[in-house]
Amino acid sequence: MNGAMPTNQVSPSAQLSIRNVTKVFAGKKGWFDQLTRKTKADFTAIQDISLEIEPNTFVSIIGPSGCGKSTLLGMIAGLMSITDGEIVLNAQPITGPGPDRGMVFQNYALMPWMTVEENIRFAVETVHPQLSAKAMSRVIKENIQLVGLTGAEQKHPHELSGGMRQRVGIARALAINPQILLMDEPFGALDALTRGFLQDEIERIWEQQRKTVIMITHSIEEALLLSDRIVMMTRGPAARVDEILEVPFPRPRNRETIDQHPAYHALKAEMESHLFRETRAVEAARIQRAE
Amino acid sequence: MTLSNTATGAIAKSKRNAPLINENVQAVGLFLISLIVFLLFWEIGARFGLFSQGMPTASKTLQEFCWWTTHPFFNNGPNDLGIGWNLLISLRRVAIGYILASLIAVPLGVLMGISPVAYKAFNPYVQLLKPVSPLAWLPLGLYVLRDSEQTGIFIILISSIWPTLINTAFGVANVDKDYLDVANVLGASRWRTIFKVIIPAALPNIVSGLRISMGISWLVIVAAEMLLGTGLGYFIWNEWNNLYIPNILVAIFIIGLVGLLLDSVFAALEKFVAFGRNS
Ligand SMILES: Nc1ncnc2c1ncn2[C@@H]1O[C@H](COP(=O)(O)OP(=O)(O)O)[C@@H](O)[C@H]1O
Ligand SMILES: [Mg+2]
Repeated sequence: MNGAMPTNQVSPSAQLSIRNVTKVFAGKKGWFDQLTRKTKADFTAIQDISLEIEPNTFVSIIGPSGCGKSTLLGMIAGLMSITDGEIVLNAQPITGPGPDRGMVFQNYALMPWMTVEENIRFAVETVHPQLSAKAMSRVIKENIQLVGLTGAEQKHPHELSGGMRQRVGIARALAINPQILLMDEPFGALDALTRGFLQDEIERIWEQQRKTVIMITHSIEEALLLSDRIVMMTRGPAARVDEILEVPFPRPRNRETIDQHPAYHALKAEMESHLFRETRAVEAARIQRAE
Repeated sequence: MTLSNTATGAIAKSKRNAPLINENVQAVGLFLISLIVFLLFWEIGARFGLFSQGMPTASKTLQEFCWWTTHPFFNNGPNDLGIGWNLLISLRRVAIGYILASLIAVPLGVLMGISPVAYKAFNPYVQLLKPVSPLAWLPLGLYVLRDSEQTGIFIILISSIWPTLINTAFGVANVDKDYLDVANVLGASRWRTIFKVIIPAALPNIVSGLRISMGISWLVIVAAEMLLGTGLGYFIWNEWNNLYIPNILVAIFIIGLVGLLLDSVFAALEKFVAFGRNS
């Protein structure tokens, strides 16, 4: 069950290799900062994380808030620099963003001045400017259909519910046909019911496309429902990967029957105890600092 | 009053809506009453000489207003010009100065918003020149340009440039990081990001800047024209020299009305570019 791979050993079948990655947010230590007494120490968010991600797997990352999950995803997306180590995608080290990675944002990040159709068009046009107008429209239409938004093409985001907005966010990320889909707490801002609908939708789409997905989540049930592997991170600073769980449930999965699998409750209990332990430690450290 | 009857006898459901309707009706009622009281006070006060001598009555002023608005376009030389002509002259000066100012302020504001270096480099000029009274530029304008028309336009330009510039720079610098991340993840080029993401995202700020600038232009033009040759400001100055107060009041009313109209155009534009943001 404990599938943590020995570091430094590169799996040949991996699509994405995170190799000994460290992220330090630089503090303020210049002469000017010292003069104004506004110095700030360096902050090591992530220390020496290694992770191999196979093609066509759904990987969830879970950990106490503030541990560096978004930071890790940001480095994979190429939005953030890597302090030490490297991230290799298809044998190419990542140096910046690229159309091989699509991103779904927690707050949807739809352009309010664009309609649903225009939001997706913006992405497709940016990545595939050579597409003919006809092919472009077809791609946009297909992806709107995929997330069940047909009929809402000409609406602006503020006319949509949160769930519908995130559907647009997902369609926009998938429309560029990325190899890897990155999702940072994609359903964190939604109510429980809508969240459930969207999880089912993601499960359905994943069965169709089987893209590699890396999803950050706070929800144990969500991780168990959707993932093949669950990466559990320790608390920060200098967060590490604590443990990697393999989720053996057969697919397609169904939220109603999934807890009947013999391994379900043991996995859930393990995740709960990990999260409780790490979160309690974070709280204890915070209380100690306050005293 | 007739206003209070609407709520009585209404069923529970419409009762909840009743205060809303009543509020508007009450406001209109109060407005009309205060207007009538004000006009009566003015009329009686002027008739019985309660104010300074030569203060016109309300009815006389209204009469003049009707005359000026029904005869807007006559031309008997610069000192006897229809109010319509004067209005158009003022609007033309404002339009030219304001458009020139906006053409400078928006691109410069975008630059200052995008580039911290440009912001730090140009901000001292903005902070130094922004608080200068528009009229302080008048002698300089007249000396350098040696033309009252161009001086008027120059004053509008120099005084209406700042709000647009500052708001644009602020809007651009504070574009939601998520939007920029979206563009970055897709690998959008710098120019594509600026034109497709940053400027549309900052548009609400840019338009509120443009709205404030327009308000300032309209304030300034009247003051500037008192020292120039034509326009609504000169009209007031001329009537002051004639010591004919009713026409001054007519001009004040028209200036206010046009200012209100211009402002509502920009208010509508603000709404149009908001798309559900901050409303
Ligand atoms: N740009 C930044 N500069 C400095 N510190 C940062 C920055 N971004 C994140 N951090 C710090 O790094 C840690 C991890 O942040 P983040 O990756 O957002 O956590 P998570 O997504 O797991 O909640 C936090 O302590 C946060 O304060
Ligand atoms: Mg986060």
